[in-house]
Amino acid sequence: MNAASANPRLYLYGATLAGLTLSTLPLPHVLDLLRPDFLLLVIIWFALVLPRAGGLLFAWCAGLALDAFRGVVLGQNALAFVVIAYLVHRFHLRVRMFPLLHQSLVVLSLLWLYQFTLFWIDGVTGHPLTDWVRWLPVITGALLWPVLVGLMDRLLTRS
Amino acid sequence: MPVLREPGARYAPPRASALGLRALVLVGMSVALMVVDHRQQQLFAIRAALSAAAYPLQLLVHSPVAAWDWLTASFATRRTLLEENAALRAAVRAADVRLLRLDATEQENLRLRALLNAAPHAATRVQLAEILHVDLDAVRHRVLVDRGTRDGVTRGQAAVDGSGVFGQVANAGTFASELILISDSTHALPVQVERNGLRTIAVGTGNTRRLSLPFLPRNADVALGDVLVTSGLGGVYPPGLPVGRISELRRDPSQPLAIVTAAPAAALDRDREVLLVWYQPRVPANADVGPAQPPPRAEAGARQRTRTTRP
Repeated sequence: MNAASANPRLYLYGATLAGLTLSTLPLPHVLDLLRPDFLLLVIIWFALVLPRAGGLLFAWCAGLALDAFRGVVLGQNALAFVVIAYLVHRFHLRVRMFPLLHQSLVVLSLLWLYQFTLFWIDGVTGHPLTDWVRWLPVITGALLWPVLVGLMDRLLTRS
Repeated sequence: MPVLREPGARYAPPRASALGLRALVLVGMSVALMVVDHRQQQLFAIRAALSAAAYPLQLLVHSPVAAWDWLTASFATRRTLLEENAALRAAVRAADVRLLRLDATEQENLRLRALLNAAPHAATRVQLAEILHVDLDAVRHRVLVDRGTRDGVTRGQAAVDGSGVFGQVANAGTFASELILISDSTHALPVQVERNGLRTIAVGTGNTRRLSLPFLPRNADVALGDVLVTSGLGGVYPPGLPVGRISELRRDPSQPLAIVTAAPAAALDRDREVLLVWYQPRVPANADVGPAQPPPRAEAGARQRTRTTRP
């Protein structure tokens, strides 16, 4: 038992802060376009593996923090995060039995839903962004998923 | 993936109905927040409080970058420092000479304006602000600076860097403000071709190296390399600040408008500090000019505010 599995809540806060850092770290333009939604991936992982540590309210607060950081309309990321977290919570027993590749596909569709929610809210609030580059993080996020799972599981179970 | 039981908690899946209810409540809260924020624009106080709360977190997020900058700065070789020092010395000397000329020109300008019986240009105050460098979005060009309403920053205020116009304040928090860059695709500013005074609007493209000038007719008198300056119409940006240089010019015979793009003068993607400018647009000194005078070009000014829709 290490610190992470002894205190999942602390692990949750640390990983969320790391995700927020990676999500808002200044990067060169090209990398910025390819940047996966780290924070959302972390939230998905916790909803999948430790659903009792991070509830929907936590996902909502994380989304709100991202809104405040990015300067977008307040509640945009919060709404999308809650929707994704709800879906993962609802199906976490099923999804965590899937093989990793299969799981990546599920994550791909979740990330797509997230981007679509943002896209839709952008349209409603009058900042439509119809460029195809906005869908790149969906792909990079799904590709990153196995790596992230490996890393976070290692951190959780290393003894 | 290992299936783990969380220690200290007997495993029982969260009840689906409670989960759905909670999700619904949170979704409703988000929607309410968005509606209030977007429609009524009344969340300035909340936004200010949030940005104040997020400030330490932003510093924390920024700390790896700051640490790296500190490391590279501390381990810069002596030679690099010497070279940089020499270059800066030369730049200061050149600037000094130019300043001397500027002083004389300013005096002359004052005298001439007195002769013409015209009001002098409004004095401007500037303050340095550091960019907190938390990049906000890949395509929405906003930056956060470390000055807020505490320092007298107001919404709509102009920001410049050493070489040109940078942007304007989109949102003033207590300790930090959000700037919208001139390259943001929802930003437009009234400009003038320095060579002949031709007025037009420069619209951001979402690319920090390009501005678009979409409202110039095909036969407009512009040429590659023309310098664009702010025209001062609209009252946000002081007149005469360099904006950019025409970098691309295409006149398609089948189109009524020329396709003109400009390269911004300011280093929009490399700046660490910007200058916030306090500028009072000069109201006409003698207001009894009457309707005999042509009305000022108000339409350019009306576009100055950040637009919410694309043309």
